[in-house]
Amino acid sequence: MPSVLPLGDPAPSDGLLPAQAADGAAQRGFGLYVHIPFCAVRCGYCDFNTYTATELGGGASQDAYASTAIAEVEFAARVLKGSGLPPRRLGTVFFGGGTPTLLPAEDLARILAAAVAEWGLEPGAEVTTEANPDSVTPESLQLLADAGFTRVSFGMQSAVPHVLKVLDRTHTPSRVPQVVQWARDAGLAVSLDLIYGTPGESLADWRYSLETALSYGPDHISAYALIVEDGTKLAAQIRRGEVPGIDDDDHAAKYELADELITAAGLGWYEVSNWSRTPQQACRHNLAYWRGDDWWGIGPGAHSHVGGVRWWNVKHPTAYAGRLAGGASPAAGRETLDAETRNVERVMLEARLSSGLGVSGLGESGRHAVAGLIADGLVDPALAFKGRLVLTLKGRLLADAVVRRILHD
Amino acid sequence: MSPMARTAPVPAATDPAIIRNFCIIAHIDHGKSTLADRMLQYTGVVQSRDMKAQYLDRMDIERERGITIKSQAVRMPWEVDGTSYALNMIDTPGHVDFTYEVSRSLAACEGAVLLVDAAQGIEAQTLANLYLAMENNLTIIPVLNKIDLPAAQPEKYAEELANLIGGDPDEVLRVSGKTGMGVEVLLDKIVRDLPAPVGDPDAPARAMIFDSVYDTYRGVVTYVRVVDGMLHPRERIQMMSTRATHELLEIGVSSPEPTPSKGLGVGEVGYLITGVKDVRLSKVGDTVTNLAKPASESLPGYADAKPMVFSGLYPLDGTDYPVLRDALEKLMLNDAALVYQPETSAALGFGFRVGFLGLLHLEITRERLEREYKLDLISTAPNVEYEVTLEDKRVVHVTNPSEYPTGKIAEVREPMVSATILAPNEFVGAIMELCQSRRGVMGGMDYLSEDRVEIRYRLPLAEIVFDFFDILKSKTRGYGSLDWKADGDQVADLVKVDIMLQGEQVDAFSAITHRDKAYAYGVMMTGKLRELIPRQQFEVPIQAAIGSRIIARESIRAIRKDVLAKCYGGDITRKRKLLEKQKEGKKRMKMVGRVEVPQEAFIAALTTDESKDKAKK
Ligand SMILES: Nc1nc2c(ncn2[C@@H]2O[C@H](COP(=O)(O)OP(=O)(O)OP(=O)(O)O)[C@@H](O)[C@H]2O)c(=O)[nH]1
Ligand SMILES: C[S@@+](CC[C@H](N)C(=O)[O-])C[C@H]1O[C@@H](n2cnc3c(N)ncnc32)[C@H](O)[C@@H]1O
Ligand code: SF4
Ligand SMILES: [Mg+2]
Repeated sequence: MPSVLPLGDPAPSDGLLPAQAADGAAQRGFGLYVHIPFCAVRCGYCDFNTYTATELGGGASQDAYASTAIAEVEFAARVLKGSGLPPRRLGTVFFGGGTPTLLPAEDLARILAAAVAEWGLEPGAEVTTEANPDSVTPESLQLLADAGFTRVSFGMQSAVPHVLKVLDRTHTPSRVPQVVQWARDAGLAVSLDLIYGTPGESLADWRYSLETALSYGPDHISAYALIVEDGTKLAAQIRRGEVPGIDDDDHAAKYELADELITAAGLGWYEVSNWSRTPQQACRHNLAYWRGDDWWGIGPGAHSHVGGVRWWNVKHPTAYAGRLAGGASPAAGRETLDAETRNVERVMLEARLSSGLGVSGLGESGRHAVAGLIADGLVDPALAFKGRLVLTLKGRLLADAVVRRILHD
Repeated sequence: MSPMARTAPVPAATDPAIIRNFCIIAHIDHGKSTLADRMLQYTGVVQSRDMKAQYLDRMDIERERGITIKSQAVRMPWEVDGTSYALNMIDTPGHVDFTYEVSRSLAACEGAVLLVDAAQGIEAQTLANLYLAMENNLTIIPVLNKIDLPAAQPEKYAEELANLIGGDPDEVLRVSGKTGMGVEVLLDKIVRDLPAPVGDPDAPARAMIFDSVYDTYRGVVTYVRVVDGMLHPRERIQMMSTRATHELLEIGVSSPEPTPSKGLGVGEVGYLITGVKDVRLSKVGDTVTNLAKPASESLPGYADAKPMVFSGLYPLDGTDYPVLRDALEKLMLNDAALVYQPETSAALGFGFRVGFLGLLHLEITRERLEREYKLDLISTAPNVEYEVTLEDKRVVHVTNPSEYPTGKIAEVREPMVSATILAPNEFVGAIMELCQSRRGVMGGMDYLSEDRVEIRYRLPLAEIVFDFFDILKSKTRGYGSLDWKADGDQVADLVKVDIMLQGEQVDAFSAITHRDKAYAYGVMMTGKLRELIPRQQFEVPIQAAIGSRIIARESIRAIRKDVLAKCYGGDITRKRKLLEKQKEGKKRMKMVGRVEVPQEAFIAALTTDESKDKAKK
C-alpha cells in the first residue's frame, strides 16, 4: 500500500456500509487482502506503508500483529453481515506488504485460518503471499503450503548485483533460484516481481535479469517500471545528483524488451505489468482489483472495496491496533462512488487488461475516441470490431493517455 | 537667500506678473523628482515630517520602479525681495516612452529647468527635452544636479551645457536635490529669470487642457493652464473642439493636495472637476472656454500620442475576457496614449490588440492590469505597424502579423525613427556597427565636448524599439544613451514568418521581419518551441515558413510511455485522483490542431529575452 492515504469522507466507527454496498453482491467475487506492515530494512525506492523494527519503536509489536489482524477479520465478518451482505466464500486471499514472510509462517497460517473460519474458501481458491527471497526457508514455505497457501510471489527485482544495490535489496542473486525451488517443492505456484529502469541499469542488465528470471520457469511475472516516489531516499539521491534520474524512453524500451522476452518464453500478458504462463495462472486477486470485485483489506493502511464503497484504514500499526482494541472500525476514511465515478474507474482499470474494456458501455464520445485510438495504433482493431477495447503493445505503454482520451475526448 | 513666503498669493486673485510657470526636464534618473521634493519642502507646501522621497510619484508602480510616469503640477509660494510669487512647477517623466507627457507639460509653461546629472553629463533625453522646450519658446535655466556626488564633474559638464545652449559655464547653477544645496538659489532664479505669463484678463476665458486623469472618487480631473480670462466654480464651460458643455463643480490648485479656489485667472495652473466620467470628453490639447461668453478661437493643441508598438493581450483564463475589457477601458481613462481593439487568436482565444508608446509603456500597462485587476495575461510578441499596399492598390495597416495580407503585395512600408545616441567617443565604432546592422543610415555626428559625441541615425522603428537599447548599453559599458522620435516611413523588404505545429499555423507566433532576419527568427522560434512543448503521443514537426517555403524545422519526438506501471494494491482511489489531476492539467492546455500546448509554453515562447532581462533588473 502506498503510504499516503487519500482524502475522503469520514468513516463511521461501527464500520457499517451504506445500503448500496449489498446491491448485486451475490454476483460479485469476494476476496481478502492482508497487509503485513513490516520489513527488515526499507528499500530506498519504496513508499509502501511498512515499518522496520527501528521505525516502529516499541509501539506495536510484530508478535501481537497476527492477533490484531484476526480481530479485524472478525470485525469484518460482523460488519458485512450487519450491512446486509450475503454470506460469500473467499475466492482469493492475498498477503502483501511490507514483507509478510517476516512474520513466522505460523502467524500467517493463523490469520488465514481465522478468515477461512469466518467465510470459507471457494474450491480452487487462490491464496498468495508476497515474500522476500531472504525471508523464507524450505520449512516455512512448506508450512504455508500445508496451511492452504497456493502461491508465492518473490520480490526478485533484478538479477544484477549493482542494480540490487541501488535498490537497497539485501538478497544475493543466487538466493532466488534456491527459494523458487523450495517453493516448487512445497507445491506452491511461483511468481517473480521485477523492477526495470533503475538508475544505472543498462538495457543489457535488464535483458540479463529477464532471461535469468525466465530461466527459473516462473508461472507468473510482474515487471514494474521503477517509480521515484516523493519522500523516498531514492528521490533524495536523485535530487542531490548522487544517482542519475530515470527516463521514460528507457522505460519504454525496457517494457518492450520485457514483453518480447516474456512472451517468447511462453507467458502471456493479462495486465499492463503482469504476465502468466496460462490464463488460469493469472493472479486472480489482482484481477479482482481491476474488475471491481469486492474485497476486504485487513491491516494498517489497507484498502477495501465493497459494491462501490471504498475505504482505507488508519496508517500506523499502533493507531490501527488501538482502534481494534477499542472495538472500533480501523477505517480512516471512505468514499461512496456515484455512477459516473464508477464508470471512470471501470474504464481506468479494465483498459489495462488483456480481456479489455467493453466498447458498448463507453457512451457516444468514448466510442468516438476509439476510432482515433485505432488510427494511432494504440488499440487492437480486430478486437475493437468485436466490441472489446484491448491495448496494443504501444497502447499499453500509453495506457494512461488512452484512458484520458476515452474519458475526455 | 529668500525666506519661505509669509503669505501665499491667492488663486483667482493673483496678478500674472507674480506667476512663474516652469517644468523640470531631464534625462531619466537625473533627479527631477528629488529636486521637486526639495522645492515642495522649502516652499512649505509639504511639511518636512510629511516628506518622502519622490513625493509626487504616487502610483505604486512609479514608487516601485523609481521612475516618474505621469507629470504632476504643483503650485508653490516663494518670496523674493519681499514679494510673494506663485510658482507652478511640473515634474515630468524622463523615459523616452513618455516624451509625450513632457511635451504636454511644456505647453503650460514659460520656462524649463533643464537638469543634468553632474556625474553623467548631457544624455540623449537631455537633448530631446531641451529641443522640445526650445520649440515651445521656453526660457531655459540650465542646472547641474547631484553635485554632492564624489563622481560629480561640475566644471566639465557646465562647459558642455554652456556649449549646448550658449552662455557662460559659470552661470550654470549647481544644486543637489538630495542635500538641498543650491535649491533656494534656483527658486530665486526661477522668479528672476523666467517671464511672467501674459494674457488678456478681460477676454473670453481660454484654458489649455494639458492633462486629464480619472479618479474613482472625483471622476475626471482635468488639469488646465489659463491663458485668457477667468474660470469660476458653478459656471458652465465648453470644450471648444467637441462643443460639449459641463458645469464646473469644482476648480482649484494642487499644492500638492487638491485645494478648491474661487477660480483661476490668467497664467494660473490648476484643475477642474465637471463630474464627467470619461476623459475623452475632456481631451488633452483641447481648449476650455466659458459657455456664456465663449472664445472664438481655440488655443493651438497638440498632436495625439501615436502608439508605436502593438501587442495582443489575452487573459490566461478565457473567462476573464470581460474583466480585461473593463480594465482596459478604465486604464484608458488615465492614459490617453493607450489604444486598443478587440481581436481573436486561434491559439489564444479572445483578447485585445493594444497600441503602446514603447516597451516600457507596454510592460507597465500589463503590470497594472495584472496587479490592479488581478488578471493573468499573455502578451504576444510586440511589433510595429506596417502599411501594406496590395497590387490592387488596396492599403492595409497591419498591427498584428496574422493580419498580414496573403494576396499579391506591391509594397510594404515600415515606420522609421530618427535616433540620437550620446556616448563617449571611444564607442563610436561599436555604435556605428550596431546601427548599421540594424539597417540604420547615419545622419551626422557632433562633438558635445572633447570626448563625448552625439550620433544621429535614421533607423527602422522595428530595429530599435525592442532590444536595441540593451545592446547599446552593453556595447558602451552603460555610458550610451538613446532617444528617438518618429520620422516617417520607408519601403522595406519585409516578410511574414509563420510558425506551424504539425502543419497547423499558430497565429500567435507569426512575425513580420526583414527578409535577412527571417531565418534567424525561424530558427529561434522553432528551437524555443521544441524545448517548451511537451512530447505528445505522436511526433510533432515544428516549422517556420515564409508563405509555403519552409525556412527552419524542428521536431518533437513522440512520447513513448505514459502509464503508471506499479503495484498499487487496492488503492484505486489514488489512481483515480491522479487521473483527475491529469485532467485538470489538460484544462491549462491550448489545443493547436491535435497538439496540446501548455499555456506556460505560450508565455515562455512569447516572452522576449529583452523583457526577461528587464524583469531581472
Ligand atoms: N546623490 C544624489 N542622488 C540624487 C540626487 N537627486 C536624485 N538622486 C538620486 O537619483 C535617483 C533618481 O532620482 P529621481 O528624482 O527619481 O530622478 P528622476 O529624474 O525624477 O527620474 P525619472 O522620473 O524616472 O526620469 C534616485 O536614486 C535619487 O535618490 C542628488 O542630488 N544627489
Ligand atoms: C508490495 S511490494 C512487496 C514485496 C516485498 N516486500 C518485496 O519487496 O520483495 C510489491 C512489489 O512492488 C514493486 N515496487 C515497490 N516499490 C516500487 C516502486 N517504487 N516502483 C516500482 N515498483 C515498486 C516491487 O517489485 C515489489 O516487489
Ligand atoms: S522489502 Fe518490499 S515492502 Fe519492504 S521496503 Fe522493500 S520493497 Fe518495500
Ligand atoms: Mg521622476
